[in-house]
Amino acid sequence: MDPKTLLQNFVNGLSLGSLYALIAIGYTMVYGILRLINFAHGDIFMMAVYFALFFVTLAQLPWYLAAILAIACAGLLGFTVDRIAYKPIRNAPRISALITAIGVSFFLESLAVVVFSGIPRSFRTIFPQLLNEMIIIGGEMEVKYGREVIVGGIRFPVISLITLIVAAIALVFLWWFIFRTKVGMAMRAVSLDIQTTSLMGVNVDRVIGMTFALGSALAGIGGILWAIRYPQVWPYMGFIPGMKAFVAAVFGGIGSVPGAVLGGLILGITEVMMVGIMPGAAGYRDAFAFFILIIVLSIKPSGLLGRPEIVKV
Amino acid sequence: MRKLFVILLVVFLSVSALASIKVGAILPMTGGVAAFGQMIWQGVELANELFPEVLGEKIEIVLLDNNSDKVQAVNTARRAIEQEGVVAIIGQVISSNTIAGGTVAEENGVAMVSPSSTNPLVTQDKKYVSRVCFSDPFQGVAAALLAFNNMGAENVAVFVDVEQDYAVGFANYFKETALELGGSVFYEYYKSGDQDFTAQVSDAISKGAGAFFIPGYYQEIALIAIQARQLGFYEPIIAGDGAAVPETIEIGGEAVNGLYFTTHYDSGSPAITENAKLFVEAYTAKYGEAPGTFTALGFDTYLVVRDAIERAGSTDREAIAKAVRQTKDYPAVTGIITIDENGDAIKSVTIVKIENGKFVYDTTINP
Repeated sequence: MDPKTLLQNFVNGLSLGSLYALIAIGYTMVYGILRLINFAHGDIFMMAVYFALFFVTLAQLPWYLAAILAIACAGLLGFTVDRIAYKPIRNAPRISALITAIGVSFFLESLAVVVFSGIPRSFRTIFPQLLNEMIIIGGEMEVKYGREVIVGGIRFPVISLITLIVAAIALVFLWWFIFRTKVGMAMRAVSLDIQTTSLMGVNVDRVIGMTFALGSALAGIGGILWAIRYPQVWPYMGFIPGMKAFVAAVFGGIGSVPGAVLGGLILGITEVMMVGIMPGAAGYRDAFAFFILIIVLSIKPSGLLGRPEIVKV
Repeated sequence: MRKLFVILLVVFLSVSALASIKVGAILPMTGGVAAFGQMIWQGVELANELFPEVLGEKIEIVLLDNNSDKVQAVNTARRAIEQEGVVAIIGQVISSNTIAGGTVAEENGVAMVSPSSTNPLVTQDKKYVSRVCFSDPFQGVAAALLAFNNMGAENVAVFVDVEQDYAVGFANYFKETALELGGSVFYEYYKSGDQDFTAQVSDAISKGAGAFFIPGYYQEIALIAIQARQLGFYEPIIAGDGAAVPETIEIGGEAVNGLYFTTHYDSGSPAITENAKLFVEAYTAKYGEAPGTFTALGFDTYLVVRDAIERAGSTDREAIAKAVRQTKDYPAVTGIITIDENGDAIKSVTIVKIENGKFVYDTTINP
C-alpha cells in the first residue's frame, strides 16, 4: 500500500469507527448499569431509522424534526421493551435476561419484516445531500467525461465528521449525566446493588427505564447517522452494526463509556486497514473483528479501559 | 348429523383440492434479495391472472418465502413437495438458493424451474432443475465484451461477493473472456450484507482500475457505486443482472447514473413475441408503469411450467419434469425459450444503461 492509500484507509477506518463508537456508547451504558447485554440494541437502531424514514416520507416532516422525533421514539421503544420484556424477570438469573434480549431482538426484526416489508428502502433523499459530500484535502482539478472533477486527494465524508462530533458530545454528556446528576447517581447506585438501592428509597424501575431510554436514544442517533452514510434501510440492518458495537464495547472495557468510543475507533480502523493490507481476505472482515476481540480478552480480560472485576468471596 | 357434516366437509375439501393443480413458487420475499422475489412474484401472479387454467383445472400457486437464505431454500423446497404436494416448482431465485433447494427437487423427482439463477452449477448433473434464463458462461462473455470492447477499459477491478455462487462464477467467466481479449483484471472481495467498501474501493483506485465490474446483487452494487464516486472514482461501472431492479437506482441515486449492466430483458427492447406485447400491456394497465426484468422472468417461468403441464397431459410429477426439459421454441416474453438437455435456455443478453435515474435499453448481444 502506498502512503496515500494508507492515509486514505486510515481516514476510511476513522469514518467507520466513529459509527461503531457511537452505537457502542449506548450498548456499554446499559451493560455498565444493569450488567445486561442488550442484544436488541441493534434492532432499536434499525427501528429508529425506519421511524425517521416514515416521519419524512409519510408524515412529510422536515428532516431535523423527523430525526429528533425518531430518536425520541427509539428512547420510548427502549423504555417499553424494558417494561414488557426485562422488568418481569428483574430478579431472575442474568442468563434469563440475556436470552430474553435475544428474543426481543428476533421479535423486533420479524416485526419490521411484517410491518415494513423485507425490501430494502432508500434513505438517500431523506436528509440533505450536503451531508454526503466529501471533504477533500489535496487533489487536482481535471476534466473527466465532460465534467470538471477533483482527482485524488484524501477524502472524508461530512457526515463522518458530524458523527465524530456527536460521539464526543455524547461522551461528555454521559459523563456529566452519570456523575453530576441525581438520576446519574441513582444509576451508579443501581449498578452496584439493585436491592440496597431500592431500600434507600430510589425508584429502581424508573432509573432502569431511564437507562434504557437513554441507551436506546443513543442507538437511534447512531442508526440515523449510519443510514445517512450507508443509505439503505432494511429489517436486518442492525444486526452486524450491533454485533460490531458489542465487540467495540467489550474491546474498550464493557461498562466504560470512553472505552466504548476508543474500542469503536480502533475496531473501525483495524478492520479497514486489514482489508486494505490483505484485500484477498476482505470476505472475512467480520470474523476478523471477533478474532481481535479474542486476542484482547485473552491478554486483558476486562478490556482496554475496563475496571478489573473484583470477585467477592 | 354432526358426523354427516364432518364427512361432507371432508368430501368438499378433497373435491376442491382435486379441482386445482398446485404449483409451488419458492421466492425470496424477505431478506437480502427480496426485491428480486417481489418482482418475480408480480410476474407469476400476473401470468396466473391471464392464464389461470390448464387441463381444464385451475392452477393454484403456493407461495413460499425462502428468506434469501440457503437453509430456508432447502426447508421450503421440502415443505412444498412433502406438505403442500405441488406438482412442480417455480423457483428459486438466486443461484445459491436454487443450488441448495435443487437437491431436494432432485431427490423427490419434482421439476424446479428457476426464473433467474444463472450459475452453471444450478443445472449441472441435474435431471429436474431447469431455468428459463441464460447462464453465466455467456453472461460473463457479454459483460467482458461490454467492458473491454464497447467501453475500451484496459484494467478492470472485479468486486466479488464471496458468499454468492453467482458472483464467484460470473466473475470467473468475465475474467476468462477478459484475458482472451487481452485485458487485465484483478479481484476485490466482499460478502453479502457488507455496507462499507471504502477499503476495497481505495485499493482498486490505487491499483489504477479503469473500470469496476460488480457481478453481485443490487444492495451492494448501489453502495459500492456510491462509495466509489465519493472516493473519486469517475470511470465506468458495470454490473450484471443483479442490478436490474429499481432499488439500484433508489439507493444508488446519482452514483449509479451511467452504470451499464447485462440483463435478460428490458421493456424498452423491441417486442419479439405476442406474449411480450401482452405482458407489457397487462402489466402497465395493472401497475401504471413499465415492467422490470425479473417480473418478465417470473411471467415466463409460469408460462413454461403451465405449457409443460399441458404437454404432459397429466399432473404426474415425472411427466411434467420430462415435459419441462422438452420445451421447444416457446414464445415467451424474454425471448424464444428452448430448454436443452442440460436444463438451460439459450437466450440473448440485453445491455441496459442507467440514465438520469431511468433504465434505458442499449443493445442486445446474441449468443
